[in-house]
Amino acid sequence: MSDRTLDPNRYLWRRLTNGFFLCAAIAVTALGLVILASILITLIGRGFAALSPQLFSQPTPPPGNDGGLSNAILGSVLMTMLATLIGTPVGVLAGTWLAEYGRGTLVAATVRFINDILLSAPSILIGLFIYQVVVVPLGHFSGWAGAIALAVILIPVVVRTTEDMLLLVPDRLREAAAALGAPYWRVIVSISYRSARTGILTGVLLGIARIAGETAPLLFTALNNQFQSLDLNGPMANLPVVIFQFAMSPYDDWQRLAWAGALLITVAILVFSVTARIVLRTRDQTR
Amino acid sequence: MTAIDISARAPAAAIADRDRIGAASSTGISIRKLNFFYGAAQTIRDFSLDFPERRITAMIGPSGCGKSTILRVLNRIYQLYPGHRATGEVLFGGQNILDPGIDLNLLRARIGMVFQQPTPFPMSIYDNIAFGIRLYERVPRTEMDDRVESALRGAALWDEVKNKLRGSGLSLSGGQQQRLCIARSIAVSPDVLLLDEPASALDPLSTGKIEDLIGELKDSYTIVIVTHNMQQAARISDITALMYLGELVEVGPTDIMFSRPTQQRTADYITGRFG
Repeated sequence: MSDRTLDPNRYLWRRLTNGFFLCAAIAVTALGLVILASILITLIGRGFAALSPQLFSQPTPPPGNDGGLSNAILGSVLMTMLATLIGTPVGVLAGTWLAEYGRGTLVAATVRFINDILLSAPSILIGLFIYQVVVVPLGHFSGWAGAIALAVILIPVVVRTTEDMLLLVPDRLREAAAALGAPYWRVIVSISYRSARTGILTGVLLGIARIAGETAPLLFTALNNQFQSLDLNGPMANLPVVIFQFAMSPYDDWQRLAWAGALLITVAILVFSVTARIVLRTRDQTR
Repeated sequence: MTAIDISARAPAAAIADRDRIGAASSTGISIRKLNFFYGAAQTIRDFSLDFPERRITAMIGPSGCGKSTILRVLNRIYQLYPGHRATGEVLFGGQNILDPGIDLNLLRARIGMVFQQPTPFPMSIYDNIAFGIRLYERVPRTEMDDRVESALRGAALWDEVKNKLRGSGLSLSGGQQQRLCIARSIAVSPDVLLLDEPASALDPLSTGKIEDLIGELKDSYTIVIVTHNMQQAARISDITALMYLGELVEVGPTDIMFSRPTQQRTADYITGRFG
């Protein structure tokens, strides 16, 4: 017969171990939060100081002159929109194929695996790739090349979320629709998409948040442009590359603009992420 | 001509044919020497059974005996999944529905199915019903309203939902959802209704309503119901078939099956001694 009474020494040892790991976990969490907070405080402090109306009305200036970021904001918005327009249909259709048609096939397993690799591929590689296949043959940097590079980064995010969200739709709903005589494409459009649409939309929003701050792929593709330009066939200004160049410069006014740009991007990404969460939560409540 | 060709015809023409010939032709189903395979595993062996027109046939038997598989063969819904395969003959409207040339969508429009779990679509109550109708018919607005109402009345649900037709189908209770699914199936005017344990996820009150409803539907449809509930089979069916391990044990009129079965295994099963 074993002794069923509690051994106070063993219990003490357990409490000590527990306390130690609890403290360690809290300390590491605090460290992470302190770093994040110091980044945000610096960013908000310096960024707010540099905010001004002309940020949105004037293009990037030569050193020592007054100016804003209007060309970079316009370029970023334009290329992000284009990338979303290119990437969303491709990503949603690929995700649909994986979830609805390719289930259990070797091709689907391969596509999913490669997509996951693409999802975590360093963005500088994607920039180099687009540089080789678009910029070099055309002979010049362009807004198109930038948008394509961003689309390539967006696509795997959308593919992944689309597939995951469609797989959450119960098969019995598909069976019920098919049992009424609905052709399979109709089942997908009327039932699967309808059930998963908020999830798919969330994936697109998260994808946009992901590409909004990408610098490396744009460095090799859209490069930069000092002037206001809507010409997608020429180099195009964008916030990340402007921040990169201005922050590295020795000029105070350029550095201030870089801080303002960084704040703008951070706020934009925050808005997209929060919107995505709100959209998802609304769906949960209606279910 | 009694055979209705559902293989190679435009939907409208097929439906017109069905309406013209429907009354005269049999809507019963005959299974002849059916074998069914999930991949390499055979789950149905040499199975033959008739489902007579406008009768309720109950399929009973222990879990895993293949009752649901039989239903899934009758509208070929198993075909959604690769690796599922059926051989033999299933005769319906003078045709073998296992024929590769059969148009599955038209077949399924004629053979409706209701599942164990209620499956309302994520749309309004009205659109749940209209979904199936819109698949094969172009119906003006006012006529659609009538069709939706008569389907809901047919499923004994109209009075409970007539004031919230635009509300979500998901907002209904489980029993109401199941009647919505039955309404959805009968809205496309099928000949046959397949019911896969339609009341097993419902409370006794809802079960009673569903059973009453099934009794009323018998006048218009050939019904095949799979059930685990022996009392339910005894209460509502005209014919009962007992399956065991993928084979038919015995089939006969329900009152005889439950009072004087010829097989020892049937007697054991209905008295709860095995299964």
